[in-house]
Amino acid sequence: MKKELIELRVNGRSRELAFEPSKLLLDVLRQDLDLTGSKRGCDDSSCGACTVLVDGIPMMSCTLLAASCEGQDITTVEGVSQHGSLAAIQKAYGDWGGAQCGYCTPGFIMTVKHLLAENPEPTEQEIRGALSGNLCRCTGYSQMYQAIKAAIDAEQKGTAAAK
Amino acid sequence: MTNDFSIIGKPTAMVDAAGKTTGAGKYTDDLSLPGMLVGRILHSPYPHARIKRIDTSRAEKLEGVVAVVVGKDAPNPYGILPVGHDEYALALDKVRYVGDNVACVAAVDEATADQALELIDVEYELLPAYFDPEESMKAETDLIHDNKPHNLEKDYHHVFGDPEKGFAEADHVAEARFIANEVTHAAMEPHSTLAAFEIDPHTGKRGRLTVQSSTQVPYYLQHKLSLVLEMPMAQIRVIKPLVGGGFGGKSEVIPLEIIAAIAARKALAPVKITYTREEVFWAHRGRPRTIIDLKTGIKNDGRITAVKARVVQDGGAYCSYGVVTILYSGALLGALYDIPNIQYGGYRVLTNKPVCGAMRGHGTVNVRFAFESQLDELAAKVGIDPAEIRQRNLLQPPCITVNGLRVQSYGLPECIEKVVERSAWKKRKGALPKGRGLGIACSHYVSGAANSIIRSDMPHSTVNIKIDRDGGVVVYTGASEIGQGSDTMTAQIAAEVLGCSLGRIKIVAADTDLTPIDIGSYSSRVTFMAGNATLRAATEVKKQIAQAAARKMNCASEDLIFRNDQIRTRGDGRPRPSGQAQPGSESSQPSVSGRVEGQILRGSLQQKRKDEGPKDWLTFEEAVVAAIDFHGALTGTGSYAPPPDARGGKHKGAGVGPSPAYSYSAQVAEVTVDEDTGEVTVHKVWAAHDCGRALNPVSVEGQIIGSVWMGMGQALTEEMIWKDGMLMNPGLLEYRSPSSVESPEVEPIIVESIDPEGPFGAKECSEGSLAATIPAIANAIHDAVGVRLHECPFTPERVLSALRDKKAKKKLDLTEGIDPTSPARFREHGGSLWFHGKGPARHRLDPSRRAEAGLP
Repeated sequence: MKKELIELRVNGRSRELAFEPSKLLLDVLRQDLDLTGSKRGCDDSSCGACTVLVDGIPMMSCTLLAASCEGQDITTVEGVSQHGSLAAIQKAYGDWGGAQCGYCTPGFIMTVKHLLAENPEPTEQEIRGALSGNLCRCTGYSQMYQAIKAAIDAEQKGTAAAK
Repeated sequence: MTNDFSIIGKPTAMVDAAGKTTGAGKYTDDLSLPGMLVGRILHSPYPHARIKRIDTSRAEKLEGVVAVVVGKDAPNPYGILPVGHDEYALALDKVRYVGDNVACVAAVDEATADQALELIDVEYELLPAYFDPEESMKAETDLIHDNKPHNLEKDYHHVFGDPEKGFAEADHVAEARFIANEVTHAAMEPHSTLAAFEIDPHTGKRGRLTVQSSTQVPYYLQHKLSLVLEMPMAQIRVIKPLVGGGFGGKSEVIPLEIIAAIAARKALAPVKITYTREEVFWAHRGRPRTIIDLKTGIKNDGRITAVKARVVQDGGAYCSYGVVTILYSGALLGALYDIPNIQYGGYRVLTNKPVCGAMRGHGTVNVRFAFESQLDELAAKVGIDPAEIRQRNLLQPPCITVNGLRVQSYGLPECIEKVVERSAWKKRKGALPKGRGLGIACSHYVSGAANSIIRSDMPHSTVNIKIDRDGGVVVYTGASEIGQGSDTMTAQIAAEVLGCSLGRIKIVAADTDLTPIDIGSYSSRVTFMAGNATLRAATEVKKQIAQAAARKMNCASEDLIFRNDQIRTRGDGRPRPSGQAQPGSESSQPSVSGRVEGQILRGSLQQKRKDEGPKDWLTFEEAVVAAIDFHGALTGTGSYAPPPDARGGKHKGAGVGPSPAYSYSAQVAEVTVDEDTGEVTVHKVWAAHDCGRALNPVSVEGQIIGSVWMGMGQALTEEMIWKDGMLMNPGLLEYRSPSSVESPEVEPIIVESIDPEGPFGAKECSEGSLAATIPAIANAIHDAVGVRLHECPFTPERVLSALRDKKAKKKLDLTEGIDPTSPARFREHGGSLWFHGKGPARHRLDPSRRAEAGLP
C-alpha cells in the first residue's frame, strides 16, 4: 500500500507524517512519533493498554486507523503531565500503588482522565465501571480506586487554593 | 533492633513510579536501534510431527528479508534446569506442540516478515499425539522425547514418618480427587527481546552480544545464551529494561530470547522480536493442569495424623521448571501445619501441549486447594470450626518439619486470629442467609529457594555500593525489578542503613556488565536475599564512613548514629528525634545548601571546621568526604547465601522446598452463589499475610491484593481450554482475566513476625497469599450452598452440575441442545476428542432426526 501524507494533531502539536492508510494509530504513535508510552498488550482491543484520547474520548489505538484521526485532537499519556511535573492522577497512582509493573498504567491514566473530565466526583461503582475496559494483571485494581480518590482530593484542594 | 526506622516501614512510592505513570519508562518493545530488523517466528501447526524438510529459499528471496534462521543454525539443547536441557531455540527434527518454534525471519518490517513466513515450506510427518497426562503415561511408542519412557518427565516417591500408622490412628479419613485446570500468567507486557552484536575492534569480526529482554532472570539468560550460541559469558551482556509483569512467565529463558540472538547473528544487524498476545499464550510456562488424589486422616480432636497425596501434572512438551514444580507440590505439604506423616507420589508428565513452568505460588497452589478443601470437609465431620481446626494443627517453631524444612518465624496463628476477627467470623459463620457463605483457608510460601537451580557455592545475591564525594549513593544490584518493587526495596534498605534520604540513592539494576550476579526474581527471593545483600553492602560502607566520622568527631565509631542525612553521637544518651533544633537541623531533608557545603568542604570551610575543633555532628556529605579522604574510594559489597541448616534434608529431591524463611497467609472469603445460574460472586476477601516485616507497606498490601486477585481469577474464571492440543482461548478476553467490575474488595492485613534472618526481619509477600484464595472461595461456596467442588475454576457450569448432583437430579449435560455434532466431552482432555461424540448415532436434537420423528 502506498504511503500518504497525513496530518495528525498529537498532544497539542500538529505533525505531517507519511504512512500507509492501513496503519494503526498505535503503530504510528510508537514507530513514527516515538511516543512509546501507549502500549500494545493484546492486538485486539481487549486490554486497553493502548488507550488514547481522541477528541477527549478514550479509544483503543491498537484497532484504530491513524488516517481516520486526521483533524482530531489526539492525547497520549505523554501529554498528561503538565509543565514538567506529574498531574495529580499520575502522582496519586505512584503514591497509592496504582501502578506495579506499569505496563497497563498509561491506558488507565487516559481512561481515568476521561472519567474525571466527565464526572469529577464518581462513586466507586462508577469508577469500577469506567475502568472495566482496561485490564491490569498486578494490582487487583483496589489500590487504583484509592489513587483515583486521592487524585480527586488533590485536584479539589488545588482548585480551592487557586480560588 | 529498634522499631524506630526512618525509611523502612513507611508507605513509599516506587522509585520508578514516575516513568511508569508518564509513559517515559522504557520496556523492551519500546526500544529501537539504528538498522534494527523485526523478527517473526514460524510456529508449528501440529501437536506432534517430524520435520522432514524445511525450504526457506522462497522466503529468503523476498525483498526486505535479511535472514531466515532454522534449527540447525543453533543446534545446542538448553533448558532452565540442568537436568532438563531438552529444548532447542528452533525445532531440529521434531515439533512437540502447536506453537513450537520452527523458523524465524528477520526483515525490514513486520509486514514483510509476516509475508515471508508464508513462503517457508515445511514438510511434516504427523505423529500420534498425547494430550491427557494419564493417557500419556501409558505411551509405549511415539514418545515425545526418546529418552523419557512413558512420557514421564520425572516421578518422586517420598515417605516421611509412618503414614500407614498415621492413617490407622486416625478417627476420620477423607479421600478425594481434586482437579485444578491450567492457568497462565498473562502478564500485560508480551515477551520482547532486542539482540545486537558489536564488531570487535581488535579482530574486526563479530564481537560482543547485547541482549535487552523482558526477563526475570538476566543471569540465567546470559548463561543459556552462552550455551546455545557457543560464546563465553563474558562476551554477552544482558540488560533488563522495565518489565511489564512476570508472575513466573519470564523466569526462564523463553525461545524468542535466544531466537532473536541467532537471527541477529545471521542477519548481521540488531533484531527485535515481540510476541503477539496469541504467541504469549503458546509460550505459556504457566501452572499445569494438576490431578490430585488426596487422603487425609484426623483424630476426633482435629489433629492431623497423616496425609497421602498422588499428584499428576500435565507438563506440556518440555521439561522447563517441571521437576521443581512437582517437588514443590510435595515439599510444601510441610511447613504450614504440623503433619507427622506424609506420603507423596508426584508425576510430571509430558504431553503435546505448550510447556508449563513456574507461576506465582509455584507448585503449591493446586495442592493447597485440595488440602484446604479436604481439611474443611474433615472439620465438618468432627464438628470443629474450620478456623479452630487450623489452629489445632499449628507448628511449634523453631522446628524442622517431618520433611526437613526449617521453620523459624511463624505468623500463621496471628494471621488466623486477625482474619477471624476482621471478618466477624465467629458471629457470621453459619448465620448468613442461604446462598451466601464464608470460607477460610491458609497457605504459605518460600522466601527464596535455599538451593539455587545451578548447584554451586556461589552467593545467590551480591550487591555493590559506591558513594562519591557528592554524597550520591549508587547501588548496583543484579536483582530484577518486574513491578514488584525490587528497586524500591533495595533503595529503602540502603537508605535506612546509611541514614540518608531516599533521594540520594540511585539504583543500577539487572545489567550483567554492571551489576554483580543475582540469580533473578523468582521464588519470592528478592527481598530476603538481595535485601540481605544490600543490607550487608550498606553496612560495610557505613563502617568506613563511621570510622572517618569518628575521627572528625573525636569519638568511638560505635557511638555514631546515622539518621536523616546526619551523623550524630549517641553521646549523652538522649536520643534526638529528627528535626530537633540543632545546628544544621534544616538539612534533615537533603537541602541544596547541604550539597554545596559538602562540595566546598575541601576548601576554606573545611579549614574553618578544623580550626573549630571536633564536632558533635556531621552532615552525610561531610562524613562521606571525610571517609573518601581517609580511605580513598568509598565502596562496599555484600552478598547472601542461605545458611547450611536451612538447605533441607538428604533424600532425593530434598533440594526443592527448603527456604531460609516462609511467609504465611490466612484468608476468609465471602461469596454468594446464584443457585439458578451457578454464578459465584466473591464479595470480599480478608487476607492476613505474615511478611516478616513490611518494608514498604503500600507495596506489601499491593502484593497481597494482587495475589488474592490472581487466585480469585484461577478460582472462578481463568482456564486454558484445550482441544486436540489447540488452545481454544488464546486471547485476554477469552481467557477471562477478571476486570474491575468482577473484582472483589480485598482487605489486606499485614502481620509482622520479624524473621531472625530476614533483612530487618522481612520475608516474602508476593506469592504466599495466592494459594489460600482458591480453597477459601471453595469453602465459602460449600458454606453457601452445601456443595463441595473438586475442580477449579468454579464456573457456573461446574457449580450448577454439583448443585444438581446434590439434589439427585439428572446431571447437567453441558452440550445438550447446543450443537448436535459437538463433542460430548468438550471441556476435557484426553485422546482425540474431536471424534468423541460424533459417529453414527445422531444427536436427538439433530434437525434431520427431529424431522424423522415428526417434530416441528
